[in-house]
Amino acid sequence: MDDARLAERAVTTGEVKISARKAQVYYGETHAIRDVDVDILDKTVTAFIGPSGCGKSTFLRCLNRMNDTIPNCRVEGRITLDGEDIYDRSVDPVQLRARVGMVFQKPNPFPKSIYENVAYGPRIHGMARTKADLDQIVESCLRRAALWNEAKDRLDEPGTGLSGGQQQRLCIARAIATSPEVLLMDEPCSALDPIATAQVEELIDELRANFSVVIVTHSMQQAARVSQRTAFFHLGNLVEYGETGQIFTNPRDPRTESYITGRIG
Amino acid sequence: MAGWAFLLLAAATVFAYALNRRAADALREDGRRLHSLPGFHGGYAALLVLVPGFLFLCLWLVFQSAFINRSVMAGLPPGTLDGLDSGAVQLLQSEIISISRGQVFGTPEPWKLEAATRMSEMRSTAGWVMIALLALIALGAILYARSRVSAAFRARQGFERIVHGIMVACSVVAILTTFGIVASLLFESLQFFRMVPVNEFLFGLNWEPQIPIRADQVAGTGAFGWVPVFVGTLVITVIALFVSVPIGLFSAIYLNEFASDRFRAFAKPVLEILAGVPTVVYGFFAVLVVAPALRNAGAEVGLPISPNTALAAGSVMAIMLIPFISSFSDDALGAVPQSLRDGSLALGATRSETVLKVLFPAAIPGIVGGILLAVSRAIGETMIVVMAAGLIATLTINPLDSVTTVTVQIVTLLIGDTSFDNPKTLAAFALGLMLFLVTLGINVLALRIVRKYRELYD
Ligand SMILES: Nc1ncnc2c1ncn2[C@@H]1O[C@H](COP(=O)(O)OP(=O)(O)OP(=O)(O)O)[C@@H](O)[C@H]1O
Ligand SMILES: [Mg+2]
Repeated sequence: MDDARLAERAVTTGEVKISARKAQVYYGETHAIRDVDVDILDKTVTAFIGPSGCGKSTFLRCLNRMNDTIPNCRVEGRITLDGEDIYDRSVDPVQLRARVGMVFQKPNPFPKSIYENVAYGPRIHGMARTKADLDQIVESCLRRAALWNEAKDRLDEPGTGLSGGQQQRLCIARAIATSPEVLLMDEPCSALDPIATAQVEELIDELRANFSVVIVTHSMQQAARVSQRTAFFHLGNLVEYGETGQIFTNPRDPRTESYITGRIG
Repeated sequence: MAGWAFLLLAAATVFAYALNRRAADALREDGRRLHSLPGFHGGYAALLVLVPGFLFLCLWLVFQSAFINRSVMAGLPPGTLDGLDSGAVQLLQSEIISISRGQVFGTPEPWKLEAATRMSEMRSTAGWVMIALLALIALGAILYARSRVSAAFRARQGFERIVHGIMVACSVVAILTTFGIVASLLFESLQFFRMVPVNEFLFGLNWEPQIPIRADQVAGTGAFGWVPVFVGTLVITVIALFVSVPIGLFSAIYLNEFASDRFRAFAKPVLEILAGVPTVVYGFFAVLVVAPALRNAGAEVGLPISPNTALAAGSVMAIMLIPFISSFSDDALGAVPQSLRDGSLALGATRSETVLKVLFPAAIPGIVGGILLAVSRAIGETMIVVMAAGLIATLTINPLDSVTTVTVQIVTLLIGDTSFDNPKTLAAFALGLMLFLVTLGINVLALRIVRKYRELYD
């Protein structure tokens, strides 16, 4: 890694989009996330790094209330989106998830055609008036997910027939088709080859213009390449959170340093 | 005698086990390294005694009485059997057998008494011969097994081979009996089609099979067109599916996707109880509860409804099929990966949108497979329709009419007088063959569909 380049990188970031205060997550008796305070900025890519099992996915799922679907999972503390508590009774998790999209670690295209996969969200939320509108949304999302050239001639074929990397880009296209404000990505590149990874990283960089992106990754290089801010989790705690350049070149906490240099993990 | 023989066999088996085990133990005490554990030496010896001994006893018992009867009948004074037909010979033989058992009616002729005495003598001799032979076989097996005990002997593999052989034999028996049943169906159906032309059976619109079997019976002239019977089966099946598919499917969706764990823990066993109710219970539920209720309801609105409606039989059959369809759909929905649910929910879909647009289409092959299996069960179901459907084959699709089914007709054809050279009896085999072919086709289709969807996610 080119440390000097990292440290000098200009960081332009937006307002606070999501903020968590004293967030706790329990799975039954297990205390998986402890006292996490974090401010995720708008128009910024935030990377979550940390050893396996430290709670990155768990915390990510708190941000769009996907933890609600896990029977014995309990979330405490205050998490706000644009200042509004997302765990408030008045908030509909279904509406919230349309604003905070998610891409999973394993590609999970629906067993439908490529077109229908991308059109799924817009259809549910009534975002397209006409077929032409919908076609337009599908095309632009596939283009932004760098899948258009490969998929344009086979839109009617099942999404499950694509290669793993293509499936993941399809899932990204599907997620951005609902025009979310925040995009959560849980290790989106772990099933991809270096070329597809580079395409997805490029896409993430583009998405930053409109969205706030949170990406969980096990690759330090990837975190350094795509993110402006980095959060390091360890055993359910948020150990350190700051500008990516600073985390990688000049970590304050000894645990961060040993993880980055490969001693924990 | 047979009881003692089996006891002897059991004792010999235990003895062989103990003997070889002790011998192997002794070898081990001597500090030798055995190839197989002593238990395997014992088990090897036990099987070596048990399997041949058991086979011998079974064969002996099957053939003993036939052999004795035949030789006693052959030893009757010459000329006794002259001019008797096979029925009378049978009668005579039964009489001699009962006399030999000590049940004497009236005063039988002396040659009968003599034959009976000879029969009981032969029987007791045969018993002793059997035990002696068994003892010989067991002794031989014990000695042979004992002679094999040595440190190097692979008793474990020997045991394995014998067990393997037993399993192969069992499955061969199962397969052969299946083939035997199918072959007898085919054979008797061919007999039937020699008397009634195939196209008359397949396309005939009249079914009046009650033709006379003996010359003195008063009965119809006979018509063997299976169409009205099969249409009756279809009407009842369609009614049953019409009721059970939505209920079964929606209950499965509810249990799988919406119900709390506590409700699920309560409802699943209840459905399983429903699946365990014997069909005869459903049958009298149909006759005693549903049919009268329907007739009363019909009387209220001035609609004459026959006592045996297709609707009553079909709707009760639907209750029987609900747990079947529900558990199949439950499995199919449960097999849809969680990641698809998560994917849909994360796009802001509600639970019911997720079920309707993602889970249901993904689970459709499994659900269709389950429904097809339910169809073949409905077509083959007998008890409910015997009790609740009619007997007269009318070609109708009105659910408020009385219809009959293939299974009901098979039962009625075989009740009472039967004779294997009469089309009335043979028609049952032809119907059975058609039923078999239809359900076989549906099952093959269903299993192929089910297998295909298994591959989709694995
Ligand atoms: N559904 C669940 N039920 C119970 N415990 C869970 C569940 N999901 C996660 N956990 C526990 O919570 C902790 C954090 O898990 P999480 O999946 O968030 O880790 P992670 O940081 O994403 O790890 P990885 O990098 O391997 O994906 C782990 O100890 C895990 O065992
Ligand atoms: Mg994870």
